[in-house]
Amino acid sequence: MPSPDARNLARRIGLAVLVVALLAVPMFADSSSLSLVTRILIYSIAAASLNFVLGYGGMISLGHAAFFGIGGYVVGMLFVHHADATPLMGFIPGSNQLLVTVPAAVVVSGLLALIIGALSLRTGGVQFIMITLAFAQMIFFFFVSLKAYGGEDGIIVRRTNEFLGLNMRDRVTLYYVMLGFWAVFMLALWRVVHSSFGTVLRGMKQNERRMAALGYAPYRYKLYAFVLSGMGAGLSGALMANFLRFASPDMLHWTKSAALMTMVILGGVGSFLGPIWGTAAYLVLETWLAAQTEYWQLWLGLILLAVVLGTRGGINAGMARLAALMMRGRG
Amino acid sequence: MLSVAGLSAAYGASQVLFDVSLDIAEGQVVTLLGRNGMGKTTTVRSIMGLVAPRAGKVEFEGRSVAGLAPERIARMGAGLVPEGRQIFATLTVRENLVATAANRLGRANPWTLARVYDLFPRLGERAGQMAGTLSGGEQQMLAVGRALMTNPRLLILDEATEGLAPVIRTEIWHVIERLKAQGQSILLIDKNLGVLKRLADRHFIIEKGRTVWTGTAADLEREAAVVQGYVGL
Amino acid sequence: MRPGSMILVLEQLLNGLQYGVMLFLLAAGLTLIFGIMGVINLAHGSLFMVGAYAGTLVAGATGNFWLGIPVALVAAGATGLAVEALVIRRLYARDHLDQVLATFGLILIFNQIITLTVGRQPVFVAIPESLAAPVELLPGLFYPPYRLLIIAAGLLVALGLYLLINRTRIGMLVRAGATNRDMVRALGVDIRLLYTVVFGLGALLAGFAGYVSGPISAVQVGMGEQILLSTFVVVVVGGVGSIKGACVAGILLGVVDTMLRAFLPGLLRGVMPASEADALGIGIASMGIYLLMALVLLIRPKGLFAAGG
Repeated sequence: MPSPDARNLARRIGLAVLVVALLAVPMFADSSSLSLVTRILIYSIAAASLNFVLGYGGMISLGHAAFFGIGGYVVGMLFVHHADATPLMGFIPGSNQLLVTVPAAVVVSGLLALIIGALSLRTGGVQFIMITLAFAQMIFFFFVSLKAYGGEDGIIVRRTNEFLGLNMRDRVTLYYVMLGFWAVFMLALWRVVHSSFGTVLRGMKQNERRMAALGYAPYRYKLYAFVLSGMGAGLSGALMANFLRFASPDMLHWTKSAALMTMVILGGVGSFLGPIWGTAAYLVLETWLAAQTEYWQLWLGLILLAVVLGTRGGINAGMARLAALMMRGRG
Repeated sequence: MLSVAGLSAAYGASQVLFDVSLDIAEGQVVTLLGRNGMGKTTTVRSIMGLVAPRAGKVEFEGRSVAGLAPERIARMGAGLVPEGRQIFATLTVRENLVATAANRLGRANPWTLARVYDLFPRLGERAGQMAGTLSGGEQQMLAVGRALMTNPRLLILDEATEGLAPVIRTEIWHVIERLKAQGQSILLIDKNLGVLKRLADRHFIIEKGRTVWTGTAADLEREAAVVQGYVGL
Repeated sequence: MRPGSMILVLEQLLNGLQYGVMLFLLAAGLTLIFGIMGVINLAHGSLFMVGAYAGTLVAGATGNFWLGIPVALVAAGATGLAVEALVIRRLYARDHLDQVLATFGLILIFNQIITLTVGRQPVFVAIPESLAAPVELLPGLFYPPYRLLIIAAGLLVALGLYLLINRTRIGMLVRAGATNRDMVRALGVDIRLLYTVVFGLGALLAGFAGYVSGPISAVQVGMGEQILLSTFVVVVVGGVGSIKGACVAGILLGVVDTMLRAFLPGLLRGVMPASEADALGIGIASMGIYLLMALVLLIRPKGLFAAGG
């Protein structure tokens, strides 16, 4: 097993490389690569949010697409009402301001997570997995049936929301805006994970009964974590709707939940940087494979199988092992 | 019949057994004594293949069984009555006895339902009852009966009287005496020295994962003080 | 109620029963696999698909509908055994996450293999003449015998499974293994062989369900996932590991789902314009079984018949 030093070193090297690379991307990337990196950043916010409840909290939620999708739909619906100047539900004005729509999306997805979490956390095990899936499906079917908001076709957001007067049509500007949101989110997540709340949560994953005996109510802590996680996914969805200029029902579908979970697992559950690597791996693989062959999903499936059956701990553990090997070679 | 030497085993990173040795000959009743947490149950689990030994030799009927799968070891004639009874709660008494019953060694006079009910009349009375609703003592009897139905060469009883009322305990000791009289080889793990002194041919004491003392019932009398120090009773 | 609408309700009840039986056939295998082996198998729907395709293609080529049944069984069974040996076996010791991911990978693989070999167009097989023409069950109630056959077959399977689980030694071992795997092994039973048998049985049921569902709904790539979600709901509502639960929950959810889809849009038309009513009606009807599951889980968190027969 890689020693803590190897792990730390791997983490620090990875972080440094990441930061430099991210800032430099627009200088080297063509427009499709830039788009890919932007999508990786946005999805990684959702993956990291899922990892928070999954890896740190031990709750397997197959319904995170609901929060992701609702984040996108809030942006979409506010845009629709802004465009035709009528208020939503009779009293909420539409908006095309990022600083309005994004917080709105986060609040709404947080509320949804509160409701879903409050009900689902009363169960456990496979029942919890299924009930989170069920709620997500319900939301999916509900939105698809709303003809007023595009139904099966979703909502086209003609123009990306405005932000501080910047030119959001410029790909590079948009990239840096998204990078900014991403950085703020990751810093906030880091603080939460390493706070006493995060420690208690991890303790609960390991031994819930003991934590309860120590006076920490499991239900409440898990619920808080679930809500925070939902808010993160909602943020991701809102940013995605802005980036793609499209709020699609796909964002709510269970296959999106499965994709998010794949990203988390590929990167290594329960590690901080894992979701970022996992998202990158998943999207790069998907994009590259799709360019090679029409039947790219076949290869994706085979690779998934190989990763699960062949490795333990995903990319993050793999990198730590690599770092350990390197350290041994040096000494 | 069973020969264990230098056995060491661990659960993940924590090593529990360091150097355990014991021998059982055909027809013998042998005990494994020791305080809680000294490694008695781990020894049993290692013999049965539920935990893979790290090192050492475990031989059953002359063949090495270290590292084999539990079902293979069981098929060679090891019958386990585990700690905590572990009867199948969702099956009836009769189903518990029948589900895993076998006569792999082709015994001439095998254990049958009738013989088991004769040994434990109370099981016969409750044959159609769900095993989960039985009392502790009845469940223990069921666990013994279940192991007997596999017609084992060696019967292994891990803490067969723990947590049971004295009356039930006596019943179970009587059953073990009867089995011994029939020539059944038995490995007994227990804390109750008194009765074991009478029953067993040989005793092994395990302390912190090592065999520290072995002797016959006579030796036990002579070195009573030493033994007391180990087992604490 | 007017006799006409009474007929409609009965017709939809029968449809619901038939759909419920399909769900049961799938859920029975899945609940055993999850209950006994502790494995979440998302690829169960793929076995459903393999059975459907194999049977349909052979029936189409030979013109003989009945030939499709054994072909579907063999194809699904063989595929199931292969999947168990190559993939599932390595997942017994892993946690649920790994199982979800690995079997999700299997879904992708199977879908693409079918697309590669057969193509994207759905395939069809026709119901034999003798079973296609509706018969009059009650005055005014006409119903296709094919669907009645499915219902009958499903109920027969339910009976057979009940007898297998509760009256045979294999059934005893399955039930014992569900509560204490290690102990069953320590008593000399090769549990891995048991697992293979259980998985194979589940595969056969899925393949059969897939083939007979063909004439009613299309045989196409992705058909497995559509029904898989509902199947999981049935398993959870019925109680993991319970065949009785799979039967009761399957029929209950099948009927509820069918009735909602059939009558809700119509009811809504009374209060809103037709196209909106239809869309919203279908939307809420699709939510129906999930709402039901949420309700059941909040009252009985382990399902209706947890860990039983």
